[in-house]
Amino acid sequence: MNYHWNWAIFWEPSPEGWGTYADMLLSGLFWTLATSLVAWIMALVLGVVVGVMRTMPYRIPAAIGYVYVELFRNIPLLVQMFLWFFVMPELVPAELGRWLKQMPNAPFFNAALSLGFFTSARVAEQVRAGVEALPRGQRMAGTALGLTLAQVYGYVLLPMVFRIILPPLTSEFLNCIKNSSVALTIGLMELTARARSMQEFSFQVFEAFTAATLLYVVLNLVVTFGMRWLEKSVAVPGYIGSSRA
Amino acid sequence: MKRSLIAAVLGLAVAAAPATAQELTGTLKKIKETGTITIGHRDSSIPFSYYDDKQQVVGYAMDLCYRIVDAVKAELKLPDLKVVLNPVTSATRIPLMANGTIDLECGSTTNNLERQKQVGFTITHFVTANRFVSKKANNLKTLADLKGKTIVSTSGTANIKQINQINAEQNLGMTILAAKDHAEAFLMVETDRAVAFVMDDILLYSLAASSKAPKDYVISAEALSVEPYGIMLRRDDPEFKAVVDKAMVETYKSGAIEPIYKKWFETAIPPRGVTLDVPLGEVFAKVIANPTDSGNPADYK
Repeated sequence: MNYHWNWAIFWEPSPEGWGTYADMLLSGLFWTLATSLVAWIMALVLGVVVGVMRTMPYRIPAAIGYVYVELFRNIPLLVQMFLWFFVMPELVPAELGRWLKQMPNAPFFNAALSLGFFTSARVAEQVRAGVEALPRGQRMAGTALGLTLAQVYGYVLLPMVFRIILPPLTSEFLNCIKNSSVALTIGLMELTARARSMQEFSFQVFEAFTAATLLYVVLNLVVTFGMRWLEKSVAVPGYIGSSRA
Repeated sequence: MKRSLIAAVLGLAVAAAPATAQELTGTLKKIKETGTITIGHRDSSIPFSYYDDKQQVVGYAMDLCYRIVDAVKAELKLPDLKVVLNPVTSATRIPLMANGTIDLECGSTTNNLERQKQVGFTITHFVTANRFVSKKANNLKTLADLKGKTIVSTSGTANIKQINQINAEQNLGMTILAAKDHAEAFLMVETDRAVAFVMDDILLYSLAASSKAPKDYVISAEALSVEPYGIMLRRDDPEFKAVVDKAMVETYKSGAIEPIYKKWFETAIPPRGVTLDVPLGEVFAKVIANPTDSGNPADYK
């Protein structure tokens, strides 16, 4: 290897004209966090709604949920981001299109939106699997007590479903963080994009990507431990979904 | 300074001439032992190094590299030296150079002092300037016209660094978007997401020439800076660099550079027969007269 290692590169001034390379990577980390958090909140809300629709005893909401999931699950994330970012503004009226295109931070909104939709389809499937994992008697018992459908879901089914699906939701959240790197293709300067531009400029490729890798690992470990703690604290002893009886 | 450099290069070359196989070091030794030289090339750096319509690697930098290869053949007395072409991107060129996969990188890599800490460069083969492309309809001629507007440049380039600095210094209040590559940045201008794209003029010429409506675009007359392009080689390998530099100086001094330049910049080039129409500028003419491998923009004034 004829490579000139320089770990001090992080403290040198960055090509952006402000701060150091370390600042540059940290600003990338900030955008990674912001994008994945917004997308995650969106995915949870939409995912629960669509997942519940898919398990309803009515045909129309179930069909709508089915179409939604298949649409957002089967189109690659990269393609979805391109469609939102490059195609959608061309389809709406010219004035609105121009406004959309000149919006500040457009890549961020686009990225959060498409990542949110993409992840919500996957969360919806997990919610559906969770509901179907519960004994059918639970739903029947709730109905027999005279609860409305909303009450059956709200008081009987969903509290248990959330406990069951916490482990796969953790994986989904981690995927959401890692998938946010796809947004570099629409110009969002998140962590991977920053690492790439750092290596482009300083030619210290291994240092740049080592730092980015470590930041991703640390971020994901924080999420993993947070979710682990949540699982423990909401566990119902002796019941399905609790890690230790 | 420049004259002494040439003297040193030629002197080194003379000194290196009687070198025998035992004394070879670095890249020359590797080439001699393996009987191959590996050229790293780009896939879409028009007209420097790219795939044409027949999927052959062609370009201005490639033509120069083949002359370097001939010089290496002569130097090592290896007439049947095998040439391996290895595609690189801006992200892979450094690791592949460092780990010995490629011996030369022939493309449009800017030679600057910061990069010289990591790699070596031979004699500058092109000098570009930092300018901006915009739609003629918007009538933007100078930096002052861009005040308060949204512009775009490519992330990780020297150009975006510069425009950021100028923006801060002159208080222009521009919003500067960072695109992931040149094609995307140009698309942003095409779709009115940004009014101007700041980049090396030669890249702007080729992007505009191959766009849907070449007549709609104009490249600014005002230049923000100078960027020398160089063929990249490994650092701290004076023996190999001497051979490469000598081949480049030879190309310039013998006038062989002129038809090569004309072929790529002033006549129709594959894949689509577009002519870039970039006459040889006076800055590069100076480099041809006094070859230099300097990475300092001030030396090109």
